[in-house]
Amino acid sequence: MPLLAISQLVKSFITPAGFEHTVINVKQFTLDDTAHMALQGESGSGKTTFLHLIAGILRPDTGSITIAGQAMSALSEPQRDRLRATTIGYVFQTFNLLQGYTCLENVLLGMSFGPGIDKAFAEALLKRVGLEDCMKHFPRQLSIGQQQRVAVARALANRPKLVLADEPTGNLDHKNARKSVTLIREACRENGAALLLVSHDHETLSQFEKAQEFECINQITPAEEIL
Amino acid sequence: MYQSNYPGGGNLMTVWLIVLKSLRQHALSTVITAFSVALAGGLLMSVWSIQEQSEAAFTGVNAGFDAVLGARGSKLQLVLNAIFNLEASPGNLAWSDFLDIQNNPDVELAVPIAVGDNYRGYRIVGTTLDLFEKTEYAPGKKFTLQPGGNWFDPARREAVVGGFIARNMNLKVGDTFHPFHGLIFDEKNQHSETYVVMGVLKPSNTPADRVIWIPLEGIQKMSGHDPALATEVSAVLVKLKAGSALAGFQMDLMYNRQGNRLTFAWPIAAIMAELFDKIGWFNRVLALVSYLVAIVAAASILAGIYNSMNERRREIAILRTLGARRSTIFVCILLEAASISTLGMLAGFAIYGIIFTVVAGIIRAQTGVVLDPLKFNPVMLWAPAVLIALGAFAGIIPAVKAYRTDIASNLTPHS
Repeated sequence: MPLLAISQLVKSFITPAGFEHTVINVKQFTLDDTAHMALQGESGSGKTTFLHLIAGILRPDTGSITIAGQAMSALSEPQRDRLRATTIGYVFQTFNLLQGYTCLENVLLGMSFGPGIDKAFAEALLKRVGLEDCMKHFPRQLSIGQQQRVAVARALANRPKLVLADEPTGNLDHKNARKSVTLIREACRENGAALLLVSHDHETLSQFEKAQEFECINQITPAEEIL
Repeated sequence: MYQSNYPGGGNLMTVWLIVLKSLRQHALSTVITAFSVALAGGLLMSVWSIQEQSEAAFTGVNAGFDAVLGARGSKLQLVLNAIFNLEASPGNLAWSDFLDIQNNPDVELAVPIAVGDNYRGYRIVGTTLDLFEKTEYAPGKKFTLQPGGNWFDPARREAVVGGFIARNMNLKVGDTFHPFHGLIFDEKNQHSETYVVMGVLKPSNTPADRVIWIPLEGIQKMSGHDPALATEVSAVLVKLKAGSALAGFQMDLMYNRQGNRLTFAWPIAAIMAELFDKIGWFNRVLALVSYLVAIVAAASILAGIYNSMNERRREIAILRTLGARRSTIFVCILLEAASISTLGMLAGFAIYGIIFTVVAGIIRAQTGVVLDPLKFNPVMLWAPAVLIALGAFAGIIPAVKAYRTDIASNLTPHS
C-alpha cells in the first residue's frame, strides 16, 4: 500500500463574483514510502491547494486521501490535526516561522503538538542543518537561507512519514536553492520520510529523479482554473 | 480509525509558552491593559476596605465614654467636637450642669472638657486628670505616658502632649510653648501664658494622640478669654454605670425632650453611624466608579486582544498547521486574557497599598484614627476573583475569533 493515495479528488472555490471554480481535479495519485517526487506547475495551478488538501488543512469536495492507511475523510478535525502533527512535515515558501520564538523553540513547538518534546533530537536536527550556533536566535536574526533551514528542521521534528514542501526555493538564489533542495532531500532520506515537493522552478525539479507536471495529474479545463 | 490520545493538541507547558510569548510580543498593550485592571482592582479594594474600616473605627471610638453632654445643638457636632476633636463646639454649659450630671446616681464618671485654643493648629483641650486616671479608652487600656513624663498639675501651667503631636512638632518633656487663641492657628493670636510639657502620651491610635491636654482651668482662665465664661465648660464626657440599662433613655428624655438648654448625645456609636449613613451616597458613588473602571478594564482587554487578531491570524494558522487544535488556540487566548487580568490584579494590590496608605495617612492626621492597610477584608479575595473572571470573560470574543481562524487563507496565498 502506498504512503499517500489520492482518488477522485475535487476541490472548488466560490469566486467573489459567485461562480464556482474547480481548482483541483485529481483522478489518481500515489506516493510510496520514502519516495521523493517533485511536481512542477505554474503559479496559480493549484499546487498549494493540493498540498493543503493532503495535509488536511482544507477538506475536499469529493474524493479520498489516504495517508499511512488513514482515510482523511473518516477523521474529525482534531484527528486530522493530530495526523498532521505526527505524520506530516510542512516546509513553506515563506517558511512561516514564528517570529517571537527562537529557532529551537520553533522546532520544539512543532514537537509539542505531535508525539512529544525531544529536545536532544531538536538540537540534533538544527545541528544537522548547520544551525548549531543559532539555536537561540530569533528568525529575524537569521538570513533567508538559515530561516529555511530552521523550517526544514521543524518539518522533520516529529519524524514524519511525509514531508510536503511548497516552493521551498522560491525565495532563494540558484546556488542556495540547489543546496537547499539537496539538504531537504538528504534530511528526509536520513529520517525515512517521503517527500512531495511542488515548484515552478525547472532548476529545482532537475534535482529529482521523479518529477511530474502538475497539470498532468490535475485534470481541470482551462476555464476551471483560477488565478 | 485513527485514535487521538492527547487532550488538547499540546501540553499545558506549551499552552503557557504560547501565552507568555504572546504577552511579550504585545508587551505595551499588555502593560497598559494590565494597568487599567490594576487601577480598577486597587480602587475597588481601597474604597471597600477604607469605607468598612473607617466606619468600624469611627463608630468604635468612644474614648471610653457612653455619651456627651453639651450645649443645645447637633448631637453629631457635639460628638465630633468632644470625642474626635473635630468641628467647633456648639457652645458652653454651666459648671452646675457638669455637677448635676456628675452627681447623677446612674453616672459612673463625668469628665469636663474645655476647648478654644490651639498650638500651631493642634487643638488644646482643658480637662481633669480623671480623663487619664479613671478612663479606659478601650477595654483594659488606659492612657499612659512615655518614660520620663508626668501628668500635669491641675494648678499649674503644665501640659501632656499627644504622641502624634510630639512627633510632628518635636515636643518633648521640659519644652515650653505659648497657646494660640481659637481652633484655627493664627500667629497674631498668641496667648501670653507659657506652658511646660510634662509628659508625652504613648500612642493610643485614638483622637487623643493629636491633642495637647492642659488643666481645665488653663482654658477657662486663659488671658483674653471672657472672664464671665471662666466657670463654663465646652462639654462633659459621660460614662454610665454598668447595668443602668435605662439610664441613657432617661437622660435622653430629660435633656433632649423635656429640657431645651442642653443636648445629651447618646449612644455615641449610633450617632457616628448616622454620619456614615449620611455620607453613604459618596461611598456608593466611589464604588460605582470602581465598577465602571472594572468594566472599562475588561473592555480594554477585549479591544486589545481583538485588535491584535489581524496580526495574529498568520501565527494562529502556523500553529494550526503544526497540529494545534482549535480548542488549544481558544484556550490560549482565554488564558492570555486571564493572565493580563491576573498581572493587573497583582499590580492592583500595589495600587491598593498606595491609595490606602495615603488615605489612612490623611485620616490619621485629621482625626487620629488609625486604619490598617494590611487588615484582611473579604474584598481582597472577591475583587481579584471577579476581575480575573471578568478578564477571562472579555477574552471569549477574541478567542472565538481565533477559534474560527481559517488556516489556508492565512498561510501563503494559492499558487
